[in-house]
Amino acid sequence: MTDVILPEAAPPASASPLKGRSLWDDAWRRLKRNPAAMISLYTVGVLVILAILGPMLWVHPVDKIFRDEVGIGPTLANVHWLGTDMEGRDMVARLLFGLRISLLVGIAATSVALTIGVVWGAVAGFIGGAVDVVMMRIVDVLYAIPFIFLVIVLMTVVRTEDPVSNLLLIFMAIGAVEWLTMARIVRGQTIALRRREFVEAARASGARPLEIVFRHIVPNVLGPVVVFATLNVPVIILAESFLSFLGLGVQEPLTSLGRLISQGAENMLDAPWLLIAPAILMLITLLALNFLGDGLRDALDPKER
Amino acid sequence: MLAQIARRLIIAVPTLLAIIAAAFFLMHSAEGGPFDRERQLQPEIEQRLKAEYNLDLPVHEQLILYLGRLAVGDLGPSMTYKDKDVLDIVVEGFPTSLILGVSSIALAIVIGGGLGVAAALRQNKPQDYIVMAIALIGVCLPPLVMGPVFKLVFGEQLDLLPSIGLARDQFSVPHLVLPVLTLALPQIAIVSRLMRASMLEAMRSNAIRTARAKGMPEASVIWRHALPVAALPVVSYLGPALAGVVTGSFVIETVFQLPGIGRQFVIGALSRDYTLVMGVVILYSALIIFMNMMVDVLYGVFDPRARAA
Repeated sequence: MTDVILPEAAPPASASPLKGRSLWDDAWRRLKRNPAAMISLYTVGVLVILAILGPMLWVHPVDKIFRDEVGIGPTLANVHWLGTDMEGRDMVARLLFGLRISLLVGIAATSVALTIGVVWGAVAGFIGGAVDVVMMRIVDVLYAIPFIFLVIVLMTVVRTEDPVSNLLLIFMAIGAVEWLTMARIVRGQTIALRRREFVEAARASGARPLEIVFRHIVPNVLGPVVVFATLNVPVIILAESFLSFLGLGVQEPLTSLGRLISQGAENMLDAPWLLIAPAILMLITLLALNFLGDGLRDALDPKER
Repeated sequence: MLAQIARRLIIAVPTLLAIIAAAFFLMHSAEGGPFDRERQLQPEIEQRLKAEYNLDLPVHEQLILYLGRLAVGDLGPSMTYKDKDVLDIVVEGFPTSLILGVSSIALAIVIGGGLGVAAALRQNKPQDYIVMAIALIGVCLPPLVMGPVFKLVFGEQLDLLPSIGLARDQFSVPHLVLPVLTLALPQIAIVSRLMRASMLEAMRSNAIRTARAKGMPEASVIWRHALPVAALPVVSYLGPALAGVVTGSFVIETVFQLPGIGRQFVIGALSRDYTLVMGVVILYSALIIFMNMMVDVLYGVFDPRARAA
């Protein structure tokens, strides 16, 4: 990729003449030149808006049961564009709601993973020495454990009747599993940054270690963190789908894309649209997030190409 | 190499014990027991049932009993299949799951590796872009989505391949085509990306330049010098690949109704069959930990630089 920095054509008059271009400006510039990533960015934006506003704006409420129209195929009549499910609920409403829950699980669990991983990695990398060895040894050992199994055991055991606390449990369980890679990435970056001049300067000006870590080092490792987070959201959406498939994921009246797919799979001979629609929506979501993550990686770290 | 295996075992054994203990205590902290969902039992019968499964002892004693039995390969009785031990269920399902797992990992390595090498040798040419696009899309085609879709399209609508049912101890290739393909798809994608990246790096190395400079034919440069080095990251991916295939097999065996361990596991999870779920979790955890260990050792064999570490 050519990354020749072209001289800016006359900066906007309002901008301060000394305004520097941050890493993020450069990254944004590169991202804009990548059509696949930009399409994905818009797609993700649309999906997020659909997930937030869709269930409120769609003509049918998600829990309304149409007793006379159970399991009908896609039709324009009575605005069941994608048909109804086996209990007579409108499929578009169910999809929008499932999308909301899937994205919510993906983003919330990623945040949990991110918080633990960034703190763990930054502290280990910054303090170094024996603390680093012990902390990363713990990560190594945990890495060897196939955690999805422990999540399965956890979800088999703790089955609360309350769907919301069940959802919280899923966030925590999946998030607590996915922080390991994050910790490794952040630690590596922190070690690379620890000896740099600006950290030296911060220390010389009397900043306390914690302040250095969170004010000076963490902001500088955000690039890889953002990439990882973006790529992690689809991984978590899939993990939740897997749990839903086992009947251990979100529970009625909540639903998720994974749950819709496994319900669709049960009825696919009589009502294939119940499988096809959530499968396509899931694929679009996963593709958009993955392409966006890839694009961000290229934009933030052009050396990788 | 023996020292390395020993060092790995020192970590692997406590890890496995920790998993067993964690899973065990989780199971026993559950409020609902396995006998709750049936209609209310008479107290004395429930007491007898609990005594039968040792559920009336303190938890730590149960753990010790369980570990003792585990040491001799006894995974305890299944709680839903009254007349079967967990070990029976696992042994019955193992051949199917093994064939499914081994063939999809093999498929992933052969096809994924081939695609990756092809893409790397034609970097930034159309072939490269096509492979990378396939890989990026393939990662987004998990068994959970593609299993039911393949079954619907190829099995039911087009009726090309049998999509359900396979009796125990009976193996027919047509029955396995769709499941193996579905299971291998994301792995093919991941392996091809890994292979491309490491092949690119290998082809840029000084060793390759030297090999070319001394007039070695390009084919042997690739086969003898580049490929063995480039294959290393793929070798170390085998552990995660196994984990991916195992979780995928839970879905695939259920969707395609194959008599493997995964399907029993799903049934067990739904009916809260503690001993069955635990048995399978322990078995697969041990398998994956063992695989990771083997991969580390193999890595040392292939790459002398890694031995010192």
